[in-house]
Amino acid sequence: MQSSLKVNLISIMAKNSQVIKREEVVIRFSGDSGDGMQLTGTLFSDTAALYGNDLSTFPDYPAEIRAPQGTVGGVSGFQVHMGHSEINTPGDYADVLVAMNPAAIKANARWVRPGGTIIFDKDNFTDKNIEKAGYQSNPIAEEKLDNYNIIAAPISSMVKEALKDFGLEPKSVLRTKNMFALGMVYWLFSRKLKYTEQYFDKKFVKRPEIAEANKVALRSGYYYAETIEALNPVIKIEPAQNAKGTYRNICGNVATSWGFLAAAEKAGLKVFIGSYPITPASGILEEMAARKDLGVKSFQAEDEIAGICTALGASFAGYLAVTSTSGPGLALKSEAIGLAVMAELPIVIVNVQRGGPSTGLPTKTEQTDLMQAIFGRNGECPVVVIAASAPADCFHFAYEAAKIALEHMTPVLLLSDSYLANSSEPWKIPEMSELPEIKPPFADKKEIPFLPYKRNCETLARSWAIPGTPGLEHRIGGLEKTLRGTVSYGPENHEMMVKLRADKVARVADKIPDLSVFGEKSGDLLVVGWGGSQGYLMTAVRELQAEGYKISLVNFNYINPLPKNVREIFSKFKKIIVAELNMGQFADYLRIKYQEFSYQQINKIQGLPFTINEIKEKCINILEEN
Amino acid sequence: MAELNTFQYTPKDFKSDQEVRWCPGCGDHAVLNAVQKALTELGIPKEKFTFISGIGCSSRFPYYMNTYGFHGIHGRAAAIASGVKIANPELSVWEITGDGDALAIGGNHFIHAIRRNVDINIILFNNEIYGLTKGQYSPTSEKGLVTKTSPFGTVEEPFSVGELVIGAKGKFFARTVDANVTLSTQIYVEAANHKGTSVIEVLQNCVIFNDGIHDVVTGREVRDDRTIILKHGEPMKFGKDSDKGLVLDGLKLRVVRLGENGITEKNLLIHDAHESNPGIQYMLANMRYPEYPVALGVIRSVEGNTYETDVEKQIENIQKDAKIKCMDDLLTSGSTWKVE
Repeated sequence: MQSSLKVNLISIMAKNSQVIKREEVVIRFSGDSGDGMQLTGTLFSDTAALYGNDLSTFPDYPAEIRAPQGTVGGVSGFQVHMGHSEINTPGDYADVLVAMNPAAIKANARWVRPGGTIIFDKDNFTDKNIEKAGYQSNPIAEEKLDNYNIIAAPISSMVKEALKDFGLEPKSVLRTKNMFALGMVYWLFSRKLKYTEQYFDKKFVKRPEIAEANKVALRSGYYYAETIEALNPVIKIEPAQNAKGTYRNICGNVATSWGFLAAAEKAGLKVFIGSYPITPASGILEEMAARKDLGVKSFQAEDEIAGICTALGASFAGYLAVTSTSGPGLALKSEAIGLAVMAELPIVIVNVQRGGPSTGLPTKTEQTDLMQAIFGRNGECPVVVIAASAPADCFHFAYEAAKIALEHMTPVLLLSDSYLANSSEPWKIPEMSELPEIKPPFADKKEIPFLPYKRNCETLARSWAIPGTPGLEHRIGGLEKTLRGTVSYGPENHEMMVKLRADKVARVADKIPDLSVFGEKSGDLLVVGWGGSQGYLMTAVRELQAEGYKISLVNFNYINPLPKNVREIFSKFKKIIVAELNMGQFADYLRIKYQEFSYQQINKIQGLPFTINEIKEKCINILEEN
Repeated sequence: MAELNTFQYTPKDFKSDQEVRWCPGCGDHAVLNAVQKALTELGIPKEKFTFISGIGCSSRFPYYMNTYGFHGIHGRAAAIASGVKIANPELSVWEITGDGDALAIGGNHFIHAIRRNVDINIILFNNEIYGLTKGQYSPTSEKGLVTKTSPFGTVEEPFSVGELVIGAKGKFFARTVDANVTLSTQIYVEAANHKGTSVIEVLQNCVIFNDGIHDVVTGREVRDDRTIILKHGEPMKFGKDSDKGLVLDGLKLRVVRLGENGITEKNLLIHDAHESNPGIQYMLANMRYPEYPVALGVIRSVEGNTYETDVEKQIENIQKDAKIKCMDDLLTSGSTWKVE
């Protein structure tokens, strides 16, 4: 089958494929949650990255591992945005949609650019599946997609034919459908198959027949695409003009984990992570658990509370301590965060935000835990809050979070989100020697008797005396203490200690960088964002700037304390609009902190990132008011 | 063992400068004395002792110890202590907790620490009442107990600490009485030397809210006849006149009187704390007055792998053959590409 296809193709290739060059393109792979769409998307983006494209990816999958087959609820998607120039988002609308079943059309039709290409497995468009997806008889017609570039490929029957001599179970044969589809897409973008083939050789080193079957399905799809004219013209995207250096693809959860590992190595400490599995944060615990080679002690706790409490124990014992979770888990950890504030121990709490409240939308993205992160504890209980803003910069902000926690002896809450956690992008690998020093305030061994709450004059951080050190025995805990460490219910002492703890956190502002403005430093409209929306906001603002609007962007990473130059920046713009994936939590926070400005809002609470267009429309409306 | 002579401590060395604030007559004072005494017998340098507690009267304990100490939050001491021990297995880690702290709000951490067999020593002060919140019933309160939150008596069954420990795959369980400093000290030393989670239930008296709750068993006049002090390898004999003992009658324990029906010491059960099958130990831990004497001493002490040691072994094994030795190795591992 394979060789005959090849012969067939060579003759067709002579027909010459027209090649057009494009700046960027968005591809969405979509199918049943068992169709292997996440793997397909990942393999495609790895190939794009190795080719040198800039890219951004976004997996979109249901919470149920195996939702009812063929239903819209069970559709799993993976979107890849790749380009010749800088790519900041996974893209709003797909140029190419791969739909493995009718439900995938139902779930994604509105996300395909008008006139875009839709590749679907026509063998899977049975009456039953069409009905399950909620259509009468013809999904393409019912969605009014007739003017689109529709490629109805008999994917199931083609893989059956291609693999008929392999002696595999019918189930295993059909499992390669995704590779056939991937092969088609590779041809469409004139990509090499070699990276994906290497992946299978490595992955199935002990089952070469499975590796071979996947490779044959991949090649069959590639050749099939070449054979049919429908896919012409081939789209070519040149490599991006990135800065010199060595690059790798990285997703937010892995980047976060590596940021902690780097910080520990820099500080000369060991790492402990105590966590309880929770979507979408589990990837951090999984990556850390795999890093025994770097000596990580990972602890899968019996619950969220034990996760942070074991980490706090490890912090007391002198480790870089981390706990990772998502919104509901953060709620459970609140009391222990209060203990960390009171005991003044370094710890980083990562909250990979997801749609809430309660169980909410576990696999979808939101920025709705901001207030919980800043204020969600009993008592006057300030912690440092930092938000990462792109998958790769999770490394930098995890490193910074650890550095601040260790040097200022405070809990730091690092906010990520489902989109950052699961999306990946190319990342210029840093060298450890380039990263800033981390110097925890270890107690001087001559400081006897050791006073646990005596402070450094500049940072107000207390010293860290590690159990096992002779002469520095001391007691800490959740009860209010004097500077000597004696339990005290004294009213003046309590007020003094509350203010000292608050001041300690506020003084972190001396160490964080100024907020930077994307665009002119003054203008008609300042778009304000924070954390994971940066890519979307930047793309929208860049386009509006190109259209001639006097618009700029600031995206906050340091939430508490805020950078020192905020007021100065805000005062140079006629209007300010705060865009975030919640009901306006950051806008309200800014209203408390900088009351002299008036804030408009762009909000979205759909479990999805912004689209570029919705940001642009809202900004244009405001710019053209009065 | 050469180190033994290096550290000559007296109990006073373990007293902190903090004034002990428990109520006069509280059983906690005696526990503190026994622990301070036990620490002098361990040959461990003072800086290696770390006391972790939860919330409750007993949880103030770390403040009174001149060692490293961490007073945690309600119920979570087992988790904090696990973190300390896993991070630094060299430390001697002690958890101070109560019946409410360990078995109600902290029940989950309690059973999981035991299941993992983290080498921590848990002293559980059982006074069958909530003292710090001023007199509500606890998970070990006898059914029917009248308290502030059960004015008509509780309608729930209490936990038996030993039963719970064994059910959670516990490998060390002992019981003592607050006032019996000699027995307590011996038990704390044995618990400290045991590798793995050790749970010591202390029948402790709350002089204010549940005064005399254990007196029916531990009172000076009756204790010899209503308790049995178990010693590994010795026959199970008790009584003021050492005239009573325990035998196995079918599948149950039975109290017998020596000399009656031809019973001699040879008929008595020999205590085997090291037996891994917990069958008899389970029955011993669950003996209640008046049918049985209440068992004191080390009821179960079985060897097993500890969590923190296995973690270190696993890391060591993986690091031996690992290609990634430092962050720079990790950063450049896998698929990368160069932009010139």
